[in-house]
Amino acid sequence: MNTELIKKFYALLFLIRRTEEEIIRLYPTDIIKSPVHLSIGQEAVSVAVCQALKPLDLVFGTYRGHAMYLAKGGNLRSMIAELYGKISGCAKGKGGSMHLIDLRKGVMGTSAVVGTTIPLAVGYAYALKYKNRNDIVACFFGDGAVDEGDFHEALNFAALKKLPVLFVCENNFYAIHSHHLSRHHSDNICERAKSYGMPAMRIKDGDIFKIYKAASRYMEKIRKGSGPAFIECITCRWKEHVGPGDDFHLGYRKKEEVACWKHNDPLDKMRVLLDDKARGLIESKIEKEIEAAFLFAQKDSFPGKNELLKDLFDD
Amino acid sequence: MIKGAMRILSYPQAIKEAIDQEMSRDHSVILLGQGVDDPKGTLGTTKGLAEKFGRERVFDTPLSEDGMTGVAIGAALARLRPIHVHIRMDFLLLAMNQIVNMAAKMRYMFGATLSVPLVIRAIIGKSWGQGPQHSQSLYPLLMNIPGLKIVAPVTPYDAKGCMIQSIRDNNPVIFMEHRLLYYQKGYVAQKPYLVPLGKARILARGPDITLVGVSSMVIECLRAREYLRETGVRAEVIDLLSLSPLDADTVIKSALKTGNLLVIDNAWLPCAAGAEIIARLCEKNLSRKIKFARMGFAFVPCPTTPSLEKEFYPNAERIAIRAFQMLFPRKKPWEPKNKKNRPEEVLFKGPF
Ligand SMILES: Cc1ncc(C[n+]2csc(CCOP(=O)(O)OP(=O)(O)O)c2C)c(N)n1
Ligand SMILES: [Mg+2]
Repeated sequence: MNTELIKKFYALLFLIRRTEEEIIRLYPTDIIKSPVHLSIGQEAVSVAVCQALKPLDLVFGTYRGHAMYLAKGGNLRSMIAELYGKISGCAKGKGGSMHLIDLRKGVMGTSAVVGTTIPLAVGYAYALKYKNRNDIVACFFGDGAVDEGDFHEALNFAALKKLPVLFVCENNFYAIHSHHLSRHHSDNICERAKSYGMPAMRIKDGDIFKIYKAASRYMEKIRKGSGPAFIECITCRWKEHVGPGDDFHLGYRKKEEVACWKHNDPLDKMRVLLDDKARGLIESKIEKEIEAAFLFAQKDSFPGKNELLKDLFDD
Repeated sequence: MIKGAMRILSYPQAIKEAIDQEMSRDHSVILLGQGVDDPKGTLGTTKGLAEKFGRERVFDTPLSEDGMTGVAIGAALARLRPIHVHIRMDFLLLAMNQIVNMAAKMRYMFGATLSVPLVIRAIIGKSWGQGPQHSQSLYPLLMNIPGLKIVAPVTPYDAKGCMIQSIRDNNPVIFMEHRLLYYQKGYVAQKPYLVPLGKARILARGPDITLVGVSSMVIECLRAREYLRETGVRAEVIDLLSLSPLDADTVIKSALKTGNLLVIDNAWLPCAAGAEIIARLCEKNLSRKIKFARMGFAFVPCPTTPSLEKEFYPNAERIAIRAFQMLFPRKKPWEPKNKKNRPEEVLFKGPF
């Protein structure tokens, strides 16, 4: 693997981890008056897939979207201001943590209703094909979304029309506290995708290089018109479903389940691949960016009353 | 009021007690929905029930709202009495096909040969960044559908009585709860009792103006009533309680007495309860005798940021100011002096 790629991986993994750690640190002060679904533990999926994408490609994702947004290059200040509910937020504070968007970077806006963005990704891919564009769409969702009709209807249509979309299932085994196998008869998400008429592959160990390779290979084909493809990345959410804390006291999953993923932390793995100097440079630059972003958000103002009735229609 | 042992219970405790007692009484009652058997137990309202009644009667479902609603309807056709729980009313939108095309239609469409005894619990979110997709209160949509009963109890007492009545009812009932009502505490009888669906409840008497609230807006009306006392105005407060059927008679009777009617919807205004009540009042040619107005959500999606969210909802201060204006259009505007804070908004610090 080349060092440039390792540096990029490390920088993004570090950016996402440190940004969310900062959210965790500030959360008890109640300055972020909004639910946060943290990506910590799952960063590698977004980082690998988004690195494999080109700048003009697009991503659709979920309320657990901090990692995807940052990995695709979404503006950090606009994100933090959005969490603070401030006017310079990426949605003027009207959306919050669950509704991040950065169109300049191809981040298409995340939704808090499970499964809802999957058909949107497919529709966008339809339009790209219609316009003979070479860009593609990556569509992120969780194992819970697989339960929804939208998932199946969208996959079927994408395959039927051979649309340029890569489906990325982040299987962290839980929908809130409900285990994947208490909602599905078998552990066969990839088989289901295949049955709709697309290649599918599972990456079991969260290895960032494997995800990157699989995504790149599929993307190359998709760009040539192969139609959709599907990757299922087994991963682990370290924190509670929503909020900054741990949730082992609830008893729905064991500490060991998460512990083995913490031993397998991609951030640690990248760290040892870099020399101290390169790593230090990356870290200090990002720490400064994060500090500046939170400071910016803090100083920014809340939207005024006149914003309430604005923005309903485009006319 | 029911005689017998009364204790103070919270709103979620009252709901859980109702379900618990009905499940003990009637083996055909089952409880399903996302997270009903999980460690948090639907904000406490289903906690421990899976352990008590077994996982055949209390079960988690896949994230398949429309499909699972259909499953619940099918079970109801076979004379089970399912209670289907949604942690947010917004998710009912995914089940609209089964609710509207099937549950609401079947008894009539099949000439009264069958019935659908189904309770759909829907919790409305508010405050602390719920945002546009986790705060909707969709009863106006559902009020437009014949074949659905819709209730929105406010007090723990009514929550229990309405829940038991809804479970025993042979028809689909949409049972609306409000996240911020979960902080309400009140007297609840230990024994099972029924609160009839379709009747409004007069919560406070007063000769000057009738304030009608829906769901959590009833609490704001009661607070507005306190504010108005500063000015000597005594308001009557009505908890609409049932949206369908709608008890317009109780409201109109009160409004005829006070001469003033202010309806506060817990929803956007078009085609909501206020619109319906006022339309009925006009149809009775009472528009000259009663002065009327309505309040509700600003007609935009609910913004997430607290600075706009607080402008989005009606609240006690605004209700009081509006009532005062209605009563004294020529007096100079008044504002309540000592604004009270809302304990539930201070207590509420987490989305689920
Ligand atoms: C349609 C719908 N149903 C239910 C919910 C409530 N809910 C929010 S997140 C979630 C779990 C989703 O799990 P998954 O898709 O695996 O994503 P993860 O949270 O694990 O990233 C549920 C059930 C919702 N937001 N939308
Ligand atoms: Mg999951």
